[in-house]
Amino acid sequence: MNDIKIENLNLYYGNNHALKDVNLSIPKNEITAFIGPSGCGKSTLLRTLNRMNDLIEDCKILGSVIINDEDIYTSGVDINLLRKKVGMVFQKPNPFPMSIFENVAFGPKTHGVKNKKQLFEIVERSLRQAAIWDEVKENLNKSALSLSGGQQQRLCIARALAVDPEILLMDEPTSALDPISTNKIEELITQLKEKYTIIIVTHNMQQAVRISDNTAFFLLGEIIEYGKTEKIFAVPNDKRTEDYITGRFG
Amino acid sequence: MRKQFEAQLEDLNMRLIKMGALCETAIARAIRALLNKDDELAQQVIDNEKDINHAEKEIENLCLKLLLQQQPVASDLRVISAALKMITDMERIGDQAEEIAVIVKRANLSDTIQTLHLKDMAMATIKLVNDSIDAYVRRDLELAQAVIKGDDVIDNQFKDIKENLIEMIRNQCQNASMAIDIIMIAKYLERIGDHATNIAEWVVFSITGIHKEGKEI
Repeated sequence: MNDIKIENLNLYYGNNHALKDVNLSIPKNEITAFIGPSGCGKSTLLRTLNRMNDLIEDCKILGSVIINDEDIYTSGVDINLLRKKVGMVFQKPNPFPMSIFENVAFGPKTHGVKNKKQLFEIVERSLRQAAIWDEVKENLNKSALSLSGGQQQRLCIARALAVDPEILLMDEPTSALDPISTNKIEELITQLKEKYTIIIVTHNMQQAVRISDNTAFFLLGEIIEYGKTEKIFAVPNDKRTEDYITGRFG
Repeated sequence: MRKQFEAQLEDLNMRLIKMGALCETAIARAIRALLNKDDELAQQVIDNEKDINHAEKEIENLCLKLLLQQQPVASDLRVISAALKMITDMERIGDQAEEIAVIVKRANLSDTIQTLHLKDMAMATIKLVNDSIDAYVRRDLELAQAVIKGDDVIDNQFKDIKENLIEMIRNQCQNASMAIDIIMIAKYLERIGDHATNIAEWVVFSITGIHKEGKEI
C-alpha cells in the first residue's frame, strides 16, 4: 500500500520553477532516499510533504500530495495535525535550549497531554525508540545542549517520535555527525521503518545504498529515475543517474 | 577523485587484456604442441603458467583495493565484480592448457588425433577463448552471446570423441593409455570451453547487469 502519493506536483519560488511535474508513490514502512546534486529540488520536495514550504514567501504549489487518501494541499487541512503526522528531522541537530525531558515532552504538551505520568511514559518510550534512553536516563533534567552532536540528533528524532507520527522526513540527518554517530542513526532509522514510513535526503551515496529500500534521483527539479535502491545503484536505467552516482557528473 | 578512479579502471582493463592474451597464447601453444608433438613448446606452456597465476593475484589485489577505496556503484561495480569472477576462469584456462602440455610431453598422440577430429575441437575451443576475451576488450555484447551459444558445439564435439574412443576400446584398441590421454585432453578442452562461456557471461553482466537465466541484480 502506498502511504504517500505525489501527483503532478509543480512548485515555484517566484519565477524559479523548482519542482517540475513530480509524480511519486512512496510505500509504507519503507525507507525512501532522495538523492541528487545541490539545488535539484530534493529538500524542497521533502518540505512539501508536511507543508513547510508554506512558510516561504512567493512559493506557489500546484498538484497534489495525498497522504492516507487525503490531499494535504486542499483547504481546511489542519497544518498542526499534519505536522504531528509527518515529523521532520533536520541536517543540524536543533534541540530547544531546555532540558532533555522538556525537549521530548514539548510536542505532546502542545497537543494537549498534561498528565505527568503519561508525559513521562511518552518521553521514556520516545527516547528508547531513538536508542538514546540508556545514555540520558540519569540526566533527564540536564540541558539538551550539553549532549554530543550525535546524541542531540537522536534526541531530535525522539522529539519527532513523541507526537506519534506516521511519517518521518529526514533532511541529511547525519551530515554533521562523525562515523560512529552516523552508524547509530543509520541503525536507528532501519529499526524505525517497522513502525514508520521514512524519507531521507542524503548526499552520501553509500548511506542511501546501506539503508534505503527505494531511491529517487533528482536533477534540476525533475525526478529522473525512481526505483528499488539495489537496482538504481547496480543497473541504473538513465545515463544521468549513472553519471551522478559514479561521480562522472559535471 | 573520479580522474584517479578512471585511471585505475583503465589499469584494471589493461591487466585483464594482458591476462587474456596470456591465456590465448597458452591454449594456442598447447594445441600446436599437441598437433606437432612439439615438446619444447609444451614446456613453454608449463613454464608460463605461473605468469597467468601471477596476473590473477595482481588483478585480484587491484579489484579489492578499488572496492575498498572507491566503493563503486553501477557500471563501475559491475566491471570490477565481473573482473574478479573472470580472472578465476582465466586462471583455470591456464591450468588446463598446462595439463594438456604435460600429456603432450609424455605421449605421442599426433596420428590418432587426426582420426578423432580432436583438432577441430581444439580449434573451436581456441576461437571460443579468443572471442570471449575480445568480447570483454570491445565490450561486445553480441560476440559474448555468440560465445555462450558456441559452447554447445564444443560439448557435442566432446561427446563425439568420447563415443569414437569407446568404439576404439571395444574394437580391441592396442593402446589403452593413449585412449585415456585423448579423453583427458578432450575433457580439458571441453572445460576450457565452459570457462570461456563463464567469461562471456560476466561480460554480458558487466554490460547489462543481467547474469545468466535473465536475472537482473
